[in-house]
Amino acid sequence: MKIENTFIFSIRALSGYPARTLLVLLAMSMGVASVMLLTSLGEGARRYVNREFTSLGTHILFVLPGRSETTGGPPPLLGQTPRDLTLDDALSLAKNPSIGKVAPIVVGSAPVSWNEKDREVTILGTTAEMFEIRQLAMGQGRFLPVQDPSRGSGVAVIGYKIKKEIFQNRSALGEWIRIQDRRFQVIGVLAKKGQSLGLDMSDLVIIPVASAQSLFNTSSLFRIMLEAKNRNDVKAAKEAVLRTIKERHDGEDDITVITQDAILSTFDRILTALTLTVAGIAAISLAVAGILIMNVMLISVSQRKSEIGLLKAIGATGSQVLWAFLTEAAILSMTGAILGIFIAYSGVIVIIRLFPDFPVHIPLWSIAASVFTAQLTGILFGVLPARRAAGLDPVMALSRR
Amino acid sequence: MDRVFRVGEEEVYALRDVSLNLDHGEYTSVMGPSGSGKSTLLNILGLLDRPTKGTYQLENDDTTSLSDEDQALVRRDRIGFVFQFFHLIPRLTAAENVELPLILAGIDPKERKTRVTQALAVLGLKDRARHRPDQLSGGQRQRVAIARATIMRPSIILADEPTGNLDRHSGGDVIEILENLNKSGISLVIVTHDPALGERARRNIIMTDGRIISDKTRDPVL
Ligand SMILES: Nc1ncnc2c1ncn2[C@@H]1O[C@H](COP(=O)(O)OP(=O)(O)O)[C@@H](O)[C@H]1O
Ligand SMILES: [Mg+2]
Repeated sequence: MKIENTFIFSIRALSGYPARTLLVLLAMSMGVASVMLLTSLGEGARRYVNREFTSLGTHILFVLPGRSETTGGPPPLLGQTPRDLTLDDALSLAKNPSIGKVAPIVVGSAPVSWNEKDREVTILGTTAEMFEIRQLAMGQGRFLPVQDPSRGSGVAVIGYKIKKEIFQNRSALGEWIRIQDRRFQVIGVLAKKGQSLGLDMSDLVIIPVASAQSLFNTSSLFRIMLEAKNRNDVKAAKEAVLRTIKERHDGEDDITVITQDAILSTFDRILTALTLTVAGIAAISLAVAGILIMNVMLISVSQRKSEIGLLKAIGATGSQVLWAFLTEAAILSMTGAILGIFIAYSGVIVIIRLFPDFPVHIPLWSIAASVFTAQLTGILFGVLPARRAAGLDPVMALSRR
Repeated sequence: MDRVFRVGEEEVYALRDVSLNLDHGEYTSVMGPSGSGKSTLLNILGLLDRPTKGTYQLENDDTTSLSDEDQALVRRDRIGFVFQFFHLIPRLTAAENVELPLILAGIDPKERKTRVTQALAVLGLKDRARHRPDQLSGGQRQRVAIARATIMRPSIILADEPTGNLDRHSGGDVIEILENLNKSGISLVIVTHDPALGERARRNIIMTDGRIISDKTRDPVL
């Protein structure tokens, strides 16, 4: 029997039992669609994180006090600092040719008040360099002025949310706020910009680093954020930081340098693993669909016993019968897979409508993998019924009992 | 030859010491009580079943040594079956049912079409070609089955109680068609309960308990 005839015959057989065929198609297409949709969400998360990081520039480095064994891993816990990072450490780094801008960071929490209003707020002490490194944008006014970092001054830049809460619709520029017991004049309001790397930039007050140090009565830094001159300098910059600080710290390797790339690739690895896991779990539904195909086809074989017996009586060979049933399984799983692709893409369109910011994307490999798995399970689970059909004894099959 | 079925511990002899020689173009009827082995004999003649002991030669070829796949090809090309229950595929039209053996043989669509049309026309089913079996009467269904059995131009037609499910009138039509085929040179073996039908064949075989107890060939002159 020629291929096209096997094909036509199988289609006739399938359309002869519409309810059963639809059931299997439904199971198969849902399986394929869930694999594709879940991977598209995972892939979307990966792209989202990627975009967030690269929006900061990819040549950023963080210097943390304390030595961490897992470089590239998450930052080590606070409080186990063998030797503090100081403002002078930070300033010494800027002299290196592979290093561009350097921003020291002090972080703490303090009550902020204005006109009887009082709130505990995250205080970020840094320098003018932070503006460019972190690619901030101003809503009103200006950022911290360029000045000697070791000298404090009574100016503050406030986040968008703080401005809304404390000043409501009034202008904040030029107003004096009180942080703990000191007075600071508001010189700028950050533009409305959401989360940035987990730190809510709209819910903090930025003051000069020396002011923050005296406010919190410390001479150390929380960390140093710096940028390499350009992408290719990241490695050199990292080495320069390690070398410079080691010199300054009496030969002790007591800092950790994390590059943006390392964080990015860690996230990337985690999210890719997550996507694959989720896809794998969804693939179980494909196996379920395969088992359903097997059952439906076993029923089909026993219902069509006399038909199979007849085909053999009029000269169909065992292998012709085998192929006819395998073709049936293949058509079922292929059609199911194609339907599944349609469902998945419709789902993605809906997600894009609902969350326009979230970069959902169906990776090509997931289409290929789910269609392949669908075919494989369909045919694999089709083999048993097909073999049963092929091995049917025509005399038994034709006799009515 | 013998054909023994195992049912649990017991052995059932469906055929016992059967020896038979059919000539080309012969018209044979097989009669006997139910369970006497008529269908088993016919199935072996049609290569649907194999003898437990003994051999079966079809047109000088020993079929007993053929593989299942090769036997299927012999069935396709040289043997036509007509069953009591017609065994048409319900979702296919009359023409498509008749076409099946041609498809299995890989004959190209154009030739298939002309041969099917011709076969249906010969059996008076021209305007029934596109009907499905459930839209046909019993007699018409059996005629479709005969068209299917003859479409490959077999050398022998095996009919197991072909009129068993038909009324007298359409049964008569069917027998007449089969006899006409026999007159055109195709060997014909009919299994039947009906003595009146059996008598019409030139050769009458009567079976009981898996044995041939009578095998008479009428004088052609009579
Ligand atoms: N597949 C089988 N398994 C066991 N016994 C069978 C089988 N087929 C036929 N027989 C037995 O063989 C004998 C002959 O059956 P069969 O050829 O169908 O008789 P008939 O067609 O003359 O009525 C019966 O006793 C029947 O029970
Ligand atoms: Mg019988």
